[in-house]
Amino acid sequence: MAHVLPAVAVTPAIAEASKRKSRVAYFLLIPGLAWLAIFFVVPLVTLFMTSLQTESVTSPGKYVPGLQLSNYTDALAEYWPQFLRSFLYAGLATGFALLIAYPLAYFIAFKAGNWRSLMLVLVVAPSFASFLLRTYAWKTILADDGPVTSTLNSLHLLPDGRILNTGIAVVAGLTYNFLPFMVLPLYASLDKIDYRLIEAGNDLYGSPQQVFRKVTWPLSLPGVVAGTLLTFIPAAGDFINAELLGSTKDKMIGNVIQTNFIEFRDYPTASALSFALMTVILVMVLSYIRRSGTEDLV
Amino acid sequence: MPEGVSRIVEDLRLANLTKQFGETKAVDNLSITIPAGSFFALLGASGCGKTTTLRMVAGLEDPSAGQVFIGDKDITELRAFQRPVNTVFQSYALFPHLDIYENVAFGLRRRGVKDVDAQVGRMLELVELASLARRKPSQLSGGQQQRVAVARALINKPDVLLLDEPLGALDLKLRRQMQIELKRIQSEVGTTFVHVTHDQEEAMTMADTVAVMNAGRIEQLGHPADVYETPHTIFVANFLGQSNLIAGKKVTSGEIVEVAAFGLGFKMPASRNVAPGMNIVVGVRPEKITVLDLHDEDKLPAAHNRIFGVVTDVSYTGVSTQYLVETPWGQTIIAFEQNSIVGDRCAVGDQVVLGWAPEHTFGLDPAEGLTSGLDKAVVELESDPEA
Repeated sequence: MAHVLPAVAVTPAIAEASKRKSRVAYFLLIPGLAWLAIFFVVPLVTLFMTSLQTESVTSPGKYVPGLQLSNYTDALAEYWPQFLRSFLYAGLATGFALLIAYPLAYFIAFKAGNWRSLMLVLVVAPSFASFLLRTYAWKTILADDGPVTSTLNSLHLLPDGRILNTGIAVVAGLTYNFLPFMVLPLYASLDKIDYRLIEAGNDLYGSPQQVFRKVTWPLSLPGVVAGTLLTFIPAAGDFINAELLGSTKDKMIGNVIQTNFIEFRDYPTASALSFALMTVILVMVLSYIRRSGTEDLV
Repeated sequence: MPEGVSRIVEDLRLANLTKQFGETKAVDNLSITIPAGSFFALLGASGCGKTTTLRMVAGLEDPSAGQVFIGDKDITELRAFQRPVNTVFQSYALFPHLDIYENVAFGLRRRGVKDVDAQVGRMLELVELASLARRKPSQLSGGQQQRVAVARALINKPDVLLLDEPLGALDLKLRRQMQIELKRIQSEVGTTFVHVTHDQEEAMTMADTVAVMNAGRIEQLGHPADVYETPHTIFVANFLGQSNLIAGKKVTSGEIVEVAAFGLGFKMPASRNVAPGMNIVVGVRPEKITVLDLHDEDKLPAAHNRIFGVVTDVSYTGVSTQYLVETPWGQTIIAFEQNSIVGDRCAVGDQVVLGWAPEHTFGLDPAEGLTSGLDKAVVELESDPEA
């Protein structure tokens, strides 16, 4: 056993070195943590404190620090329809985005060949124009006298006779605006699939449909989860689409928060709504991730 | 299939099978019959078309021309999932999201077979993995993954099992073990195995029939011993094992063919000569050669072919000793001798005589060139005067 001794003698030095290495790794975290602390944690705490402020007794219209929990109940009691509508619109947009993005990502990953890079650039290309501008463009596209509306009208497919200023336009805008966030994670996870697995599925008596259901789809789930989250979360909090493409009946929670902040200057209500939105989304996301069991997937 | 019912296994037949990728013919007009229940090895260097052939049988690649038959049934137009053929893929291609049990059950479930549980249990028993049924593939060693891949294919009782370099990813020791294992499984289930490999030793130890493939064509096909002992082309002589090749001219024909080269005469039975013309390449395997000190030449039987030369290298490899002997015309002859002789071995610088029986000599057509089938890197090294 004599030859073991040198190894024992060396160990403390190695331990020292690896400890130093891990300390260096922590130093690397500092800029990121500092950024998060200043621009995320501090505003979050401020927002939370604001959401509990009470109206000043001496000067109405001003708010002072307090513990007004009724800010939450009042806000939710008044604005629950917008809350529900936000989740409905975001959910629909996410669903449509998935339906459009999956075949597209599948094509790019497996069939595009040399066109792959170009197609990926085209997916991202709209982002070079501003979000606001693109949404304005949809106003023109869906305008009452525009080609889309008149075509659908001549086929008697529109119950209200119009698209602009309806929920349809809002959902369409949301779907369009967040589509790249669905395509890219889906593409990344489809592209990672070893094509031989699909061949193996075919070889083992799986028809193309069966192989898709049993091999391709489960292996692409991480992309589906990432894509739906990246689409749903910003869509649920969005206000530009509802503002530009919807009517007053199609307002989402983002519009309410924005109006309360900017127009009514009712900061506690706006903050309470923001916080409630964040909490609901967080709870939904966590249960979604747990149910889809992504931590189990490769 | 219920126990006790014997299944009619049928031959796999490839008829004029061709696969063209752009300008190159990966597989060129291939016609072979692989008898039912045999262990057939397709041996060749990478890029010779062996994997493409396998993929066309599996239905993963469409042939440019030709047909694939199982028995009398033309399966060329059937898609992969409709063929009674299963593949063990090179890197196994196990489904990473399914456990071992579900990987093995995959084929049965797709076909809606009833007693999945019993069959999977029996199959995992056969490959000795029953205790790992609920593990994920990533938790298994290479050898275990390999066995899962075999089990996953075999459970479907295919007419033909295709193995694409199945042992390529394993280390040498495990590879030996798996060779024996695969042979055991094959004799137990009696399915036709078509095994693609570039490892000649693997092909020879495992297969009943070896087909040596080169540039999309079969060079030679037969029992491993026959192909090794009587190569029909220079490619086979060089690719399958090693050969000493000497170019010469035919002197006499008849029962015994005599070839003259560099002032020496070499005899061989006419049946072992495949050269059509006057130019013949005389070949002999290194282990067939006896190396004797020049003084002991009279110990060689009179009928033996012989070459004189000087020993330039002796390497002792345990089982045998490898001699490199330089001939007067500058060629290096390689000879292996079993380390069973009593007394001194020859040493570097010794004048020796190399002798071998005419029955161990073979005659080849020189048309393809003496280096055909040799590793290009080796050829360059040997022709480099600096080396």
